Amino acid sequence: MTDTSPAGAPATPETPRDSAADRAVADFGIDTTARSTGEALRDYVARVRGGELGSLPALLGLVVLAVVFSLASDSFLTLGNIANLLAQGAGVTIIAMGLVFVLLLGEIDLSAGTASGVTAAVLALHLVSGGNLLGGMGTPVFVVFCVLVVVAVAVAAQLRLWAAAVPPVLALAMMLSGIPPNPWLEMLLAVCVGTAIGLLTGFLVSRIGIPSFVVTLALFLAWQGVILQLIGEGGTLGLRDETLFAVANGNLSVVGSWVLFVVAAGGYAAVVLARHYRRLRAGLVTQPTPLVAAKVGVTLLLGAVATILLTRNRSQSALIEITGVPFVVPIVLVLLVVGTYVLDRTSYGRHIYAVGGNAEAARRAGINVPRIRASVFVISASVAAIGAIVYSSKVGSVDPSAGGGTVLLYAVGAAVIGGTSLFGGKGRISNAVIGGAVLAMVANGLGLLRQPAAVVFVITGLVLLLAASVDALSRRKVSAGR
Amino acid sequence: MSTPILEISGLNKSFGPVHVLHDVDLAIRPGEVTALVGDNGAGKSTLVKCIAGIHPADSGEIRWAGEPVKMTGPRDAAALGIEVVYQDLALADNLDIVQNMFLGRERGKAWALDEAGMEQAARETLATLSVRTVKSVRTLVSSLSGGQRQTVAIAKSVLWDSKVVLLDEPTAALGVAQTRQVLDLVRRLAEQGLGVVLISHNMADVFEVSDRVATLYLGRLVADLPTRDLTHGQVVELITAGRSGDLGLTRPDTVSI
Repeated sequence: MTDTSPAGAPATPETPRDSAADRAVADFGIDTTARSTGEALRDYVARVRGGELGSLPALLGLVVLAVVFSLASDSFLTLGNIANLLAQGAGVTIIAMGLVFVLLLGEIDLSAGTASGVTAAVLALHLVSGGNLLGGMGTPVFVVFCVLVVVAVAVAAQLRLWAAAVPPVLALAMMLSGIPPNPWLEMLLAVCVGTAIGLLTGFLVSRIGIPSFVVTLALFLAWQGVILQLIGEGGTLGLRDETLFAVANGNLSVVGSWVLFVVAAGGYAAVVLARHYRRLRAGLVTQPTPLVAAKVGVTLLLGAVATILLTRNRSQSALIEITGVPFVVPIVLVLLVVGTYVLDRTSYGRHIYAVGGNAEAARRAGINVPRIRASVFVISASVAAIGAIVYSSKVGSVDPSAGGGTVLLYAVGAAVIGGTSLFGGKGRISNAVIGGAVLAMVANGLGLLRQPAAVVFVITGLVLLLAASVDALSRRKVSAGR
Repeated sequence: MSTPILEISGLNKSFGPVHVLHDVDLAIRPGEVTALVGDNGAGKSTLVKCIAGIHPADSGEIRWAGEPVKMTGPRDAAALGIEVVYQDLALADNLDIVQNMFLGRERGKAWALDEAGMEQAARETLATLSVRTVKSVRTLVSSLSGGQRQTVAIAKSVLWDSKVVLLDEPTAALGVAQTRQVLDLVRRLAEQGLGVVLISHNMADVFEVSDRVATLYLGRLVADLPTRDLTHGQVVELITAGRSGDLGLTRPDTVSI
């Protein structure tokens, strides 16, 4: 009320804020969010000590692993190996990104791995059989497959997931029309088949009410059988197609790489800064400007360094030249951006978090919980199909072990290592990317050190165990602190 | 005395052979806190659920601002402006205050939520309720105390331009200071012209904030009297025996259970 301080002399040595922000703060009076960088950092440290770790352990692990492996092996930090590492880890990472949606509800999709294998087998079969899936599968199998896809459409209608009904219809059209092989159509077919599989899983979990662990365990086995049936025991379907091969093995041109950098990093900076200043003007809760600027700066810097390195020649021989950012990078980036947007900025994403945090509260808020529950399995299986395209492209063929073995477990592991909680309600798409990088680095580094598979498995298991312990302990700390 | 916003007359409700509510008459007026008291099993929660549209009444009439209304689900009640704050609060721990307050009724397009609008509306609501204990509207609910959670749940209920708010034991799990906060908040709701129904077992709370006390005894509304005309002892007798002197049931032996 009594303003006796001399005009123009601010009472506190704070950075000047604009008047709208001041007014809003005065109106509300309670919003004492940290507004200086120091306070914000102290808040963050307090949160971490309180048990909200997020991706921090995984990021630290990533740094430690990189240092250890680069000291132990001469070839770890070579450009060729880093590009290789990206392509190696991409398949599992993408499957993990889809799994995050399921894990956010506290559910699990054990069948994502073999479901992705089925989509890979259908893709390869379509290519190898010249588009004649009827001939490739044999009449009885083909009929059963078509019936299942039709059932998936019916399920989508029953769950009112109209958007998810379109891909199975497309899949059916492609299968019945015997459309000639085309790499783009085949990739679309794989994703559409993935959607159909996810609809079946989602229906069994949310409408029939079987626990997702049991449903997906059963389907894990069943899809394994389907893969064997489609490919034949001991068989291998080669992916002899330039486009399909390039997905995981090709690179952007040097110009393309820089375009990617400008679009991705520039877009990130523009979006983050625009949002920050919009919120600041409206007097909303924001992070301090220096912190936001630092974040954007570091991202731009890392992006630029990575682009510079990856556009240099990394070929081991003088005869050929390998340059450019691998295609898997933009693929993962697009999925990361889309997934993050859906979870953070749409009501659908908000409802996923709400159902994962308190399903009863979500139900009372008028959210259709069974529909949300079914939809995450559709996303998981559809995204797993994209993962299948990438890992099949990496090896250049599809065999009966596609998507089996450790693929699913690594994918779940990647999400959890990155900081997604198995108890639901906590996690981000970026967790899957960071966790996937950790696992890819472990496998790649130990491989370079010529460690036997036994050691790789044991160490990967221990890393996962460590991540799960961190999750459980931090949860205990959070609930104890209340 | 103002005209009732919500009037219930002759409400009956049975669950199978169990007759839970017998001919209940109750009027809720804007700007008044009505305490709904009664022993366990007296039918308090069932009455609230009938008003909230969760249980359809078997017979009887519900009038909203004088007009008879038919409630077939919670959405009907919410559309009229009736909000219920349940004992378990129904908040998602992993979401922040703004996200919880707008849960299921987010502003903006489904594909581009209006975060700024929601944040400002949440702040304004909290500010009108003079809530000053929450550090930031972007605090996760998991890091709030019991009283703050209750505050958020109540603020959520008034965000929707509601006319009647039903609170199910809002102070049951709270400490002394937090109870204080919530009772102040209840009073402020009434001052803003809302009709408030407060279910409570705590006589001190009832006498502190309520304008009327409605007592349920074995499914019957035995007394609906201004708080100032009642004493602690009378209310306790009404709760336990259904009568107290001239108040309540005239002949308790006629009660058929």
